[in-house]
Amino acid sequence: MPSDSRKSLGTSRRRFLGQALTAAGTAIVAPKVLDPNSAIAAQPPSANRHSPLQGETPVTLTINGQTHRVNIEPRVTLLDALRERLNLTGTKKGCDHGQCGACTVLVDGDRIYSCLTLAIMQEGRSITTIEGLATGAQLHPVQAAFIENDGFQCGYCTPGQICAAIALLDEVKRGCASAVTVDLPQPPESQTLSEAEIKERLSGNLCRCSAYNGIVAAIQQALGQTPPSPAAMILVQEVAG
Amino acid sequence: MKNFAYVQAISAADAVRKVQTTQNAQFIAGGTNLVDRLKVFLDTPAQVVDISHLEGKAIESIPNGGIRIGALATNTAVADHPRIRQDYPLLSRAILAGASQQIRNIATVGGNLLQRTRCPYYYDTAFACNKRQPGTGCPAIQGINRMHAILGASDRCIAVHPSDMCVALAALNAIVEVEGASGKRQIPFNDFHRLPENTPDRDTNLQPGELITAVILPPLPFAKTGVYLKLRDRASYTFALVSVATAIDVRANRIHAVRLALGGVAHKPWRSLQAEAFLNGKLATPETFQQAAAIALQGAKPLTHNAFKVDMAKQAIQRALTISAQGGGVV
Repeated sequence: MPSDSRKSLGTSRRRFLGQALTAAGTAIVAPKVLDPNSAIAAQPPSANRHSPLQGETPVTLTINGQTHRVNIEPRVTLLDALRERLNLTGTKKGCDHGQCGACTVLVDGDRIYSCLTLAIMQEGRSITTIEGLATGAQLHPVQAAFIENDGFQCGYCTPGQICAAIALLDEVKRGCASAVTVDLPQPPESQTLSEAEIKERLSGNLCRCSAYNGIVAAIQQALGQTPPSPAAMILVQEVAG
Repeated sequence: MKNFAYVQAISAADAVRKVQTTQNAQFIAGGTNLVDRLKVFLDTPAQVVDISHLEGKAIESIPNGGIRIGALATNTAVADHPRIRQDYPLLSRAILAGASQQIRNIATVGGNLLQRTRCPYYYDTAFACNKRQPGTGCPAIQGINRMHAILGASDRCIAVHPSDMCVALAALNAIVEVEGASGKRQIPFNDFHRLPENTPDRDTNLQPGELITAVILPPLPFAKTGVYLKLRDRASYTFALVSVATAIDVRANRIHAVRLALGGVAHKPWRSLQAEAFLNGKLATPETFQQAAAIALQGAKPLTHNAFKVDMAKQAIQRALTISAQGGGVV
């Protein structure tokens, strides 16, 4: 393999790893990927959509506080717009059918599957992805909680799990109920939210590594509860005697 | 996904007009079912008409004591509405038992009524399917039919309706308000969805281009005793094998009024008027509930792989009625 090709591969891999590790919630900050389609001074949304649009159309999306303008066909999902057009690859494509939760993002603070909505339908809304959670090198408390509680193994479902967990915390504060809530008019608050409630409320996110115990512990920590010690810590303590 | 044109409607009437005057056009609101179907070429519209920006999200008390739910209200908004939690808990619980928070946050009430079966033969375009292409046959009848219908099926189609919300709406005798080119009309819930018969391609009695604008919950004081019991292959986030929505008005241990509907068993949410009629006026005893369950499953025709659903449904009915008679709550 010629050396220039290796160099190119190396750069690409570094960029990929940087993003993947950020997605997994480590403190490594991914290099900011410049999007060739985005304009600094984007045009306001809500262009005329009352006449049929066919083919590529300028669509303005607000993502992590920044305005992006992309030319996409109406059939492009929000997930594909994020990953394929805006290089925001922290949001993952798992099943692409709304069954796994890897593509979970926040829209106006609510969690949705970005694979099941058309990007053009999310104009004018505020979209938050995993890339928008940390403040500089300061992780979002839920990101930190996932690291501290072994809330992942391979990390692929993690961006979706973290976005879903952040929305979960907000839903609990707002008094939203779940299928296992005993008293519907008065759902449990952060301090009393049971493990069964956390599992039900996060059931729209699958983890094929089955890191569920760590994920539940991370959410318990983020709720202000005391999570159990990670299994790995118990083993270390036992070995150390 | 096949490409399509996209347009936003400016009003319900405009949406109806756009769909009716454009060849092969479809409404889109939450899109959680339609986008999924577009991806596997089950639906190939030439144009989608976006109604998600329209008014019609309000959930309001109406003078007769009921509630009018705008068709664009999200599943989450309905499940968490204070009056629905208080007065129609079986509707909240049915919604919360379905899908996941991510889907419920964007899926609308109107869209929930119009979601299509998850029969794997319908979903896989490599198979024949009378629902997808009338007259091609139903491979599920001789195939893997564990998830399929035990009541009201035909030799053309054995698919089941996937919704949880609709099972509660059937029990509550809701009214579907629709708007079409010739004006507005109201459809009793039990008449909204269809059995497969010879036209399994038609899930509902909507006319082409008609748009659901609201779902109305009539007043029903004993709906506070409502229960939704969903039995499925895993604890959460999967479709029902069998589900039961019930509410019961018991006074001095005698049944004054009752509602009973089943999910996961038929091509439409299955309200059992016969079992309700049997229960009216009887003593609320385990024996009565057992007999009612047997009546509800009379005429069940299990397939190769789903005979278990008959007993499962009977047991679920007895349990749901028992808990409802005790005042309801989480099952």
